[in-house]
Amino acid sequence: MSFLTRYRWWIVTAAFFVAFTLFTAEFQQAQTTAVLAATLRQSTPLVLGALCGIMCERSGVINIGIEGQMLMSAFAGFIVASSTGDLLYGVAAGIACGMIMGAFLAFLSVTLQGDQIIAGTVLNIAAIGLTSFFFQQGRSLPTGKTSVMRFGALSDLPIVGRVFFTNRPLTYLTLLLVPVIWYALFRTTWGLRTRAVGEHPSAAETVGVSVVRIRYLNLILGGGLAGLGGAYLSLEAVGSFERLMTNGKGFVALAVMIFGRWNPVGAWGAALLFGYANAVQTQFQFRGWLADDPQFIGMMPFIVTIVVVAGFVGRARPPAAIGQPYSRE
Amino acid sequence: MDDATPQTPALEAIGIGKRFDTVIANQDVNLRIEKGQIHALLGENGAGKSTLVNILFGLYRADEGEVRVNGEPVRMDSPHDAIEHRIGMVHQHFQLVPVLTVAENIVLGNEPTRGRGLLDLDRAADEVTELAERFSLAIDPGATVEDLPVGMQQRVEILRALYRKADILILDEPTAVLTPQETDHLLEVLRGLAAEGVAIVFITHKLREVLAVADQVTVMRGGRVVGTTTPAETDQAGLAEMMVGRSVVLRVAKTEARPGAGVLEIRDLHVRDDRDRPAVDGLSLEVRSGEIFGIAGVDGNGQRELVEAMTGLRTIDAGAVLLDDTDITGCTPREISELGVAHVPEDREKHGLIGPHSIADNLVLNRYFRPPYARRGLRQHAAINSDAERLVTDYDIRTESIGAPARSLSGGNKQKVITARELSHGARLLVASQPTRGIDVGSIEFVHQQIVGQRDNGVAVLLVSAELDEILSLSDRIGVIFKGRLVAIADAGDIDRATIGRLMTAGSDAA
Ligand SMILES: Nc1ncnc2c1ncn2[C@@H]1O[C@H](COP(=O)(O)OP(=O)(O)OP(=O)(O)O)[C@@H](O)[C@H]1O
Ligand SMILES: [Mg+2]
Repeated sequence: MSFLTRYRWWIVTAAFFVAFTLFTAEFQQAQTTAVLAATLRQSTPLVLGALCGIMCERSGVINIGIEGQMLMSAFAGFIVASSTGDLLYGVAAGIACGMIMGAFLAFLSVTLQGDQIIAGTVLNIAAIGLTSFFFQQGRSLPTGKTSVMRFGALSDLPIVGRVFFTNRPLTYLTLLLVPVIWYALFRTTWGLRTRAVGEHPSAAETVGVSVVRIRYLNLILGGGLAGLGGAYLSLEAVGSFERLMTNGKGFVALAVMIFGRWNPVGAWGAALLFGYANAVQTQFQFRGWLADDPQFIGMMPFIVTIVVVAGFVGRARPPAAIGQPYSRE
Repeated sequence: MDDATPQTPALEAIGIGKRFDTVIANQDVNLRIEKGQIHALLGENGAGKSTLVNILFGLYRADEGEVRVNGEPVRMDSPHDAIEHRIGMVHQHFQLVPVLTVAENIVLGNEPTRGRGLLDLDRAADEVTELAERFSLAIDPGATVEDLPVGMQQRVEILRALYRKADILILDEPTAVLTPQETDHLLEVLRGLAAEGVAIVFITHKLREVLAVADQVTVMRGGRVVGTTTPAETDQAGLAEMMVGRSVVLRVAKTEARPGAGVLEIRDLHVRDDRDRPAVDGLSLEVRSGEIFGIAGVDGNGQRELVEAMTGLRTIDAGAVLLDDTDITGCTPREISELGVAHVPEDREKHGLIGPHSIADNLVLNRYFRPPYARRGLRQHAAINSDAERLVTDYDIRTESIGAPARSLSGGNKQKVITARELSHGARLLVASQPTRGIDVGSIEFVHQQIVGQRDNGVAVLLVSAELDEILSLSDRIGVIFKGRLVAIADAGDIDRATIGRLMTAGSDAA
């Protein structure tokens, strides 16, 4: 009973999607499969961005610089991969770049106790400026983007095989990270301490948990996740770097995080919803439906964002201490 | 215990000084805490007790002076350092994470694991249950802390300190919201720990507890130590005089009540707690004008839900609350307040004050919107400030300025702000939960006189308190609450302390 009332929106939404999918799959299997596969791909950077947001906000620091972290990391990953010719180095560079920016955010908001919104904005502006300035036309990845990993017979199953078992490595990695981070957050000492610091830092401090250490750790690790999201964009989704290629995904990731109630699994579900809206939009454009109004179609993911955030999250409660710099006296 | 000589104190403060802006909270404070002894720290509200122990625990940094543990000078830069030196502390302002469970709060920072950082929550719950049993402080380890009444939160705060098995234990007003039985249990626990060699610093405003348990007593006033004594050398009156600097009346002078017409009537009230379980379960009572109706009970028997329901803070399932025959069931807190109900809430930090706002603003929180405090939507600072100045003087609220934020006040002074505001509301009904929680003896005398004064002016008073002495000395009629019902209602003269105590813990079966 209380389970049903508590998750009624999730249940309704999930039931709707399953029914809708079965219905369309009946006579349009190819399109349905394409939309679902695209949903997963589109959701990947949102999931990574949202996981970064969760790591930061659960420890009490607002990070609106995810967009900047992803953009800069997409760039760093691309440059390193194209000059070394090794995608793995590129991914590592993307993660490292996100972590460095996370450390910088921690320095501004934890050590200097500055305003967290301003600190995040600094990251965004810096990323846009630097990547635009150093951007060079004509670079490319000698190896091409990451390649598809197949799982034998699993990949040949109808619909499921194409959707879940015909992806590229970072997509699989992201699917793995969701339960891992959920588990870490709710079943490890690190997770308990993180939540305590985000809710009531002085209480955590009085039992010997260092607020500063936890916040630095989470901002740096979270930055690594956003960096991975950036690397995904340039090295797996597109295969090159384009100006402003994050295109607001870092901000949508924040909406995803809130809609998912600061819970990794919830955020994953929310990201799928946004990814789905995006995939449907692409299909529409591809088939030329509503072709007179491409801007309208392009707006769809954002409309979904607004409706969802305004409509459903009413009672979601953010960690109590977010946004407040912590000092002892 | 180790190779240190018996004379080496476990914990020593030497020449501690601490200022907050212009306020001198501690000045040249010296304190010696011996192993195996209970050292009571006494003083008026704002005397600097919490500041001193917060320095000893590394929460505040002293401007000057030195802290020594087992004779060695130590740096106390954070509670982490204090914990390293095996110091534990119960905080006056609870340090609990509201959204976490009792067990999670107690083990936080010291969690049982299944290796490699994997939490073992089952073991945590078992350990907490065991701990609670050993110290007779029963608690549900799975409850979320924010759903608990303050008395229960106090237990969690105490258990959290006991869980760590410290060599030096600091308790800042651990008994402020405990019932006498719970307090007696705790004092026994402390004696046991002291016998095992633990050094204990114990802050309280209840002189009975000091005399019952302390080996040494240090009294502070105005940020300085004014003297050290032992229970053998003094008595309650002596201690009170040392604290306040004048003699204090410890019993309230009170004339016979002259009750008038009924003001508050509660009929068959049903209210659920935060976890949806019935908390008030068919409770009825009437309070007449000019009388004080005291509700005695162990915290967690529906007191909080009863008070929240009648002040509009909680949904009523069934039943009715009538004020002068007007049905106020389902009215908003503002409507109820405007109908003449004053409310001193049990949780002063959460429902009583807006911490970052000034003391003056907090003193008009229930009337800032009407004349003379506001006219045509504009706030009238002259009226607000002159009222605030008067209340600060009358209630002896220790502060540098009425413009200071409420959160900078000491615990007892925060309580005084709320009590002052509500007692000057001009109400017909006063609902007071723990109105003297953490208030020093000198000020309790004043607050009690004010409550009796209200009664004599025809106000109906509903008093809820864990402090049985307070109920007994103020009430004209007493109701005992047990599992959401009043199991007995009697005139104060017709019921004795022992009977109330039995009813509180066992319900009507005991009578
Ligand atoms: N964080 C703070 N900022 C500013 N002033 C403070 C702060 N903490 C305490 N003070 C001031 O220091 C003085 C001593 O306060 P303290 O809390 O130590 O008193 P106390 O003896 O514990 O009183 P109580 O019995 O009411 O708890 C008070 O005047 C108080 O207003
Ligand atoms: Mg204090």
